[in-house]
Amino acid sequence: MATKNIMIVGVGGQGSLLASKLLGRLLVDEGYDVKVSEVHGMSQRGGSVVTYVKFGDRVYSPVIEKGEADFIVSFEKIEAARYIGNLRSGGTVIVNTQQIDPMPVIIGAETYPEAVLDEMKEKGADVDAIDALSLASEAGSAKACNIVLMGRLAKYFDIPYEKWEAAIEKCVKPNFVEINKKAFSLGYKA
Amino acid sequence: MKELMIGNAAIARGLYEAGCAVISSYPGTPSTEITEEFAKYNDTYCEWAPNEKVAMEAAFGASLKGKRSACCMKHVGLNVAADPLFTMSYTGVNAGMVICVADDPGMHSSQNEQDSRHYAVAAKVPMLEPSDSQEALDFAKLAYEISEQFDTPVFLKMCTRVAHSQSIVEKGEREEHTKPYVKEPQKYIMAPANAIRKHPIVEERTKKLTEYAETSPINRIEEGDGSYDFGIITSSTSYQYVKEVFGDKVSVLKLGMVNPLPVKLIKDFASKVGKVYVIEELDPIIETHCKTIGIDAIGKDKFSILGEFSQRTIAEAFGLEDKQSVCLDTKIPVRPPMMCAGCPHRGMYYVLAKNKITVLGDIGCYTLGSMPPLNALDMTLCMGASVSGLHGFNKAGEGETENKTVCVIGDSTFMHSGVTGLINIAYNQSNSTVIILDNSITGMTGHQQNPTTGKNIKGDPAGKVDLESLCRSVGINSVRVVDPYDLEQCETVLKEELAKDEPSVIISRRPCVLLKYVKPKKPLSVNKDKCRGCKRCMKFGCPAISFRDGHAVVDNTLCIGCGVCASLCPFEAFESEVE
Repeated sequence: MATKNIMIVGVGGQGSLLASKLLGRLLVDEGYDVKVSEVHGMSQRGGSVVTYVKFGDRVYSPVIEKGEADFIVSFEKIEAARYIGNLRSGGTVIVNTQQIDPMPVIIGAETYPEAVLDEMKEKGADVDAIDALSLASEAGSAKACNIVLMGRLAKYFDIPYEKWEAAIEKCVKPNFVEINKKAFSLGYKA
Repeated sequence: MKELMIGNAAIARGLYEAGCAVISSYPGTPSTEITEEFAKYNDTYCEWAPNEKVAMEAAFGASLKGKRSACCMKHVGLNVAADPLFTMSYTGVNAGMVICVADDPGMHSSQNEQDSRHYAVAAKVPMLEPSDSQEALDFAKLAYEISEQFDTPVFLKMCTRVAHSQSIVEKGEREEHTKPYVKEPQKYIMAPANAIRKHPIVEERTKKLTEYAETSPINRIEEGDGSYDFGIITSSTSYQYVKEVFGDKVSVLKLGMVNPLPVKLIKDFASKVGKVYVIEELDPIIETHCKTIGIDAIGKDKFSILGEFSQRTIAEAFGLEDKQSVCLDTKIPVRPPMMCAGCPHRGMYYVLAKNKITVLGDIGCYTLGSMPPLNALDMTLCMGASVSGLHGFNKAGEGETENKTVCVIGDSTFMHSGVTGLINIAYNQSNSTVIILDNSITGMTGHQQNPTTGKNIKGDPAGKVDLESLCRSVGINSVRVVDPYDLEQCETVLKEELAKDEPSVIISRRPCVLLKYVKPKKPLSVNKDKCRGCKRCMKFGCPAISFRDGHAVVDNTLCIGCGVCASLCPFEAFESEVE
């Protein structure tokens, strides 16, 4: 199988680490060669963060470049737009409609581009936007946005639902398994 | 069992399987997880040392005693440890010793982009360079064999992409390796009479290691299918990018050992492929070697000396087709990293900025105080330089600077190399004011314990350095402690200490809000009837506060209820929910 590329983007602290852990676990169990790459350290302090997940028969480069991503899963609205150049033609953007102001917007130096999802659609990107924050809160924790979005992503894969659930059980602390399973199902059904 | 592991965890596994019994390190991105992961194995000893020099010397001591040892650091940490390194090359080892060093091309979390391979060349120490997690594990084990066979410490060199990328590894079993300690003064006492006999042995060792490099399986030729009339010499993550672009279509000499470099192998490869490209991140080490041995390789003329590579960098350099993508007209505001909501550093920075103090900074989360809207820093150089730099600044200022200049340094950085600068201030008497931002943890690298926290790497009780006593004992009479959430107290104490005619230390103490034992309070909210939109709170630069429709608003998913914004608001608009 040719390599599939998934980018997970968001704001440092939003839980992209758990999302990539879940995907990595699942895809290794499915028998693929897998590479997951992210940058730790300074960028995690509320900065823009990006994780690359690649899988297939043989994966070489751990990074995803311009025009290569099959999926961009964005935890925040303008972060999807920041990395849209990495989407391949025909690729899909799954985006949480949550707005988190970056510092230049907070201090009034720049404005938050509200209409950016519409522009992405106009330019031909396949945009699947959901209010993951509300669904996560419904599941029992605002922090479960990451798993809501993984549920949404799962709809695009042929991997059985039970296998995703099994991966959640392996990656999440026992106390949080139920909340995360619920978050996953809400994202899947949304 | 097959397992997905980051490169750093795979190194830790390899060190463990090779019987490494002692690791001493100082944290630094992107090297930190090697030591953290190793600390999870119970039948070994592992520690955070105060700095990289201490760590390397502790690892050397363990090797001397007969246990396989390692120390891990980031590229700039190797500068700190360079002193023992160069002479350990002469003494060699007893049990094997591995030095893991992680470079940060692209400077994701670093103050410079130096290439650690220069140290391997300069200190005449062999260096292995893995390109994925399985190689990281395998090379860690091989490094001990080379170390003991050739009587030398061995470098294991990582870069951010290999250190922090996960790929599949297969684990093995641990094997114990110990050696008896035997007193050998001529080998281990590097006084001139012994060292002068050692140097030719080091040169001879390099020749033998070069022979080893000619035939070692980690330097391998992968023959292409003849589609291209050139060959590529590469190593590390660049190898993965080359394979991504060319697959099996081009001949590749993949180097797993980057010091010393083979001669015959490279010449043979060049004679087979004709034209040779060298693809290596940062400095032209392999390229220069090729040219020295008479191979007219193309390297930095085509591939940048700056930053990280990727498959795209390489495809573009060879004029291959650019991939199609979506491009927006809207400009997306940058999202730089920043101090967290509730970060205790912010209060002290607010007071410094408000009073227009010149601030010499240091390395840690608090370097982010340089960002808008606080813009509170004037200088950041390297670990500890804030304290020693302040002394020089004030000496040169001849009385004009000392009442409006301070330095800021974190608790861990102060332990690392700030205390020596403070001793210089006390000894050579500059009227300097040093602020220790004590958040009771090593923050930026992800919460490592340090000598001031009272806990060791495993979180168990340990010795604890008392900062106040330490500062007094080196000769600072005026040592004050403030709470950075109390802006009024900070400002009062700052003004008093700056006015004094003697050196002083202000310890700004409050634990990092991300520590598990720091329980967040309920988030604040803004009473819109009271908020007049004066934006005074916006000058504080808290990421939880933004401005919408003429009022401040608090993001309740970020706010931890520290309440400092409330103390800034002249209209009492910030209200905490009743608990």
